[in-house]
Amino acid sequence: MGYEAGSYDCIVVGAGHAGCEAALAAARLGCRTLIVTLNMENIGLMPCNPSIGGPAKGHLVREIDALGGEMGKNIDETYIQIRLLNTGKGPAVYALRAQADKQAYGRRMTRVLQSQANLDVKQLLVERLLVNPRGEIEGIETETGAVYRAKTVILCTGTYLRGRIIIGEVSYQGGPNGQRAAIKLSESMKQLGIELGRFKTGTPARVDARTVRLEDMSVQPGDEEHEYFSFMTESGRKINIPCYLTYTNERTHEIIRNNLHRSPLYTGKIEGTGPRYCPSIEDKVVRFSDRERHQIFLEPEGLDTCEMYVQGMSSSLPEEVQQAFLRTVKGMENVEIMRTGYAIEYDYVIPTQLKLSLEMKNIPGLFCAGQINGSSGYEEAAAQGLMAGINAAMKVKGKEPLVLKRSEAYIGVLIDDLVTKGTNEPYRLMTSRAEYRLLLRQDNADLRLTDIGWKIGLVTRERYEKYLAKRRLLETELQRLKKTMASPTDQRIEGLLNRKGSPPLRQGITLYDLLRRAEIEYQDLQGIGLGDELPLDVVKQINIQIKYEGYIEKQLAQAVKFERLENKRLPEDLPYEEIKGLSTEARQKLAKLKPQSIGQASRVSGVSPADISVLLVYLEQKRRKESHE
Amino acid sequence: MDDTIAAVSTAPGAAGIGIIRISGPEAEKIADRVFTSKRGAKLKDRPSYTITFGIIVDEDGKPIDEALALVMRGPSSFTGEDVVELHCHGGMCLLQRILELVLKAGARMAEPGEFSKRAFLNGKLDLTRAEAIMDVISAKTVDAVKAAARNLRGAVYDEIKAIKDQIMEYIAHLEADIDFPEEDFARQDNERMVQGLIEMGERINELLKTYDSGRIIKYGLKTVLTGRPNVGKSSLLNALLKERRAIVTDIPGTTRDTIEEYYNLGGIPLVLIDTAGLRETKDEVERLGVEKAKEVAEEADLILYVIDASEGITEGDLELIKGFPADKMLVVLNKIDLLDENTEEKEIADDLPGYHVLHISAKKGIGLRDLEETIRQMVFRHGFQAGDGPMINNIRQKDALEKSLQALAAAREGIQKGTPSDLVAIDLRQAWMNLGEITGETLDESIIDAIFSRFCLGK
Repeated sequence: MGYEAGSYDCIVVGAGHAGCEAALAAARLGCRTLIVTLNMENIGLMPCNPSIGGPAKGHLVREIDALGGEMGKNIDETYIQIRLLNTGKGPAVYALRAQADKQAYGRRMTRVLQSQANLDVKQLLVERLLVNPRGEIEGIETETGAVYRAKTVILCTGTYLRGRIIIGEVSYQGGPNGQRAAIKLSESMKQLGIELGRFKTGTPARVDARTVRLEDMSVQPGDEEHEYFSFMTESGRKINIPCYLTYTNERTHEIIRNNLHRSPLYTGKIEGTGPRYCPSIEDKVVRFSDRERHQIFLEPEGLDTCEMYVQGMSSSLPEEVQQAFLRTVKGMENVEIMRTGYAIEYDYVIPTQLKLSLEMKNIPGLFCAGQINGSSGYEEAAAQGLMAGINAAMKVKGKEPLVLKRSEAYIGVLIDDLVTKGTNEPYRLMTSRAEYRLLLRQDNADLRLTDIGWKIGLVTRERYEKYLAKRRLLETELQRLKKTMASPTDQRIEGLLNRKGSPPLRQGITLYDLLRRAEIEYQDLQGIGLGDELPLDVVKQINIQIKYEGYIEKQLAQAVKFERLENKRLPEDLPYEEIKGLSTEARQKLAKLKPQSIGQASRVSGVSPADISVLLVYLEQKRRKESHE
Repeated sequence: MDDTIAAVSTAPGAAGIGIIRISGPEAEKIADRVFTSKRGAKLKDRPSYTITFGIIVDEDGKPIDEALALVMRGPSSFTGEDVVELHCHGGMCLLQRILELVLKAGARMAEPGEFSKRAFLNGKLDLTRAEAIMDVISAKTVDAVKAAARNLRGAVYDEIKAIKDQIMEYIAHLEADIDFPEEDFARQDNERMVQGLIEMGERINELLKTYDSGRIIKYGLKTVLTGRPNVGKSSLLNALLKERRAIVTDIPGTTRDTIEEYYNLGGIPLVLIDTAGLRETKDEVERLGVEKAKEVAEEADLILYVIDASEGITEGDLELIKGFPADKMLVVLNKIDLLDENTEEKEIADDLPGYHVLHISAKKGIGLRDLEETIRQMVFRHGFQAGDGPMINNIRQKDALEKSLQALAAAREGIQKGTPSDLVAIDLRQAWMNLGEITGETLDESIIDAIFSRFCLGK
């Protein structure tokens, strides 16, 4: 019935945030790549909140950028507000967050895809995965019968797999934002033995800005002085469109409580597990009933639309109830809804079926990235997409996959968490999930990862040279600071210390040691002619590296220890059933999960340190036996 | 296997010598911190398989024992790593003290079977022994932690858990604020957090005090018996001996005059230390001096100061007694059988407010039961009874509590100095993990769960 439509190195299914990064990475690494989408107008769509970044998520975007991904550049060119959050809390958790112009974001991403060499972009619906007799992926088949062959396929289907929309008593098949759902693909995956789970998420109503009295709300502007996501962005858009803050009240809560019997969450209409960090307003009112109010942010969806996103009001209550409770909010008494809030249920792939490269353990050549893996968030999706794209390309080229460690990048934490521990709710990355948070700062993502991106081949020469120049400046200046002495009799220094309320020097110390004082910044040295003219990011880097050196060193030492276990590889064919001394639970879990290193094995739930010792002993026995033979 | 481990390698109990084994990359460096060779050579500069004579010194450089240090470099050692063995004088108190110094100098307490495990992993043990070792390994580690946690029943376990939960409360607040900066929930007040951290520190200190009780049960009560000549120290000792059979006696060290004697005092093992004065006839009080008294008081758990009640108390006695802390000092008025009125007794007690004063006659056996009971009460003043179980008697638990205490102090200082909250959170996590080692729990998802169970977060 089908017809042969073409053949590629890599096919990416879905053109959301994961799909776009995956396709761009594969194509840029020289693979003949096809990306397919259900709707050409919806490339790079943001179906939920109109923002990118924030704690841990902003870190991810910087890492994606340092490796040569697109998300950072895309948001830098399309933001309408940018803010650095957490500035009072230490450099490791500074977090950049941008409000996006949704349409502009999608348009730019479409342009980037369509102008990328090696990349075909098509609108079609995939219904079947094709696997050869050896169990390896072979291609896809569409609803119109087209068969595309490929060495690798990357599934980035987001929430579209058997998607179901629920609004109060109303429910229907569908993807987010009025899209079609992908029904048959789920069946095809199950037939291939892929284990699927079911999650739920939701989005609030979008309201018409013309029907809202913004002057009754408090204004939330962005920063005046901008940082950007991409290392390559020199100057930004000079746009600063504010968001607005208002609150629910007792009347809002009363309407919600009175209509709980119509909520699909409480009538049992929704079976999938929802995320704790993104509760619907009805959930918040029920679970935190002592709260008198909950905050609501009104966020503009873009420059060319009146739509505003009502952050904090995600709901799957019936449309008329949503209308009614929104109208109880100060400034929204006459509000008109433009798009109704809804809950969506979807199939996801139990992520423990994946390797750390995001390739399926049981179906060579098939990769999964993004929300299909049980994660949530645009940034989490993009990060996985990038890694899947890179690793599909590595596979095509017959090279080792790129796996980032937990001590190296938030991307490593994200993928290891999903693949090793699995998740029982849509997974969101948080800085508190990273053991080595102080090393994984957003300010040093370029220093941590550009080299890796360059070696892989995704980082352009222009970026690499800019990075080398920055590193050279930084290292030279740190050396100079270590060698240059500040004399207690130097009047410039005396004056500076005096102004800053810093104790006077009793003897000469290096400028480096002087900068360890919390109150003295590099900029102060520049002010008295003892610092160099350096770019601001280098100056910031110097301050952070010197001031937090003690803590950073401590975490570095821990990370070195950690990496030793990560580097102890476990063969995929290890016969766990035969290893004496392993607990039954550990034996079963390890046999199923096939961890790639001792370190990964140690994070599997149910595997104890004693089991790890047994594994180490077994490996050593094996090594000795082999060296005897 | 990248850290350095240490443990007492000889069987517990009295013996002529005891060996502390240190194994790992830092073995020589750590040994050099506690061992000073007589000729001034550093162990790290000595050839492998040589023996060095020297002294063990404490943190302040004070000598505490003479010892032989045996250096064996990897791979030609039992474990295959760099190994230093310190051959010290026997006696658990002394060995325990030296081990504590070694741990403070940077070693980690070895897990049961860990030397053998390392030996195996480094290919130093024959394959035929592998299975036996695997049994050892799988029986220990986590199970050992769990068993230890189970042993910590009742009050102590609950207390550690309560402290841990409060630390988690603070962590959850800080982390929620970091990961959800714009959410609307009450932030932790810094001053209250500092206050809470101070209180937690005090509670951990109380727990650490139980280590003394636990340690005493296990290793003996370090007791000093002193007083002027002819006040009846020997007869008191003999009387105690008559009452309770000595479980171990006379283990003279080979190079020092110190004698460690173990007595079983109603279930409390009593170790007499620094008893050299007992055999001397010259004035012990003068010899001791106030300076020396302070030094002894620091080391001892109990000081029995004997006075001849018929002769009365001298100014010198008073001065000396008051140089000791009251909670360790028991003033024993001996020879009350020679007295006929009570007034004088009262005066002596009045001169020493806050001090325990007891009247006995060693010769006639009067008041010995009281003496025993008073010692018992003084030793277990923190409310713990021997054999009741819930005590910190394990150096690993003590180690964990102390580390947790340090981390809490660092967190507190951090808050007071205005250190960013993500760094404060690092110290709090450390404190939590140290306590988790005792109760056998790991941090992992606990933080995430704590955040979401407490706060209403999300878009």
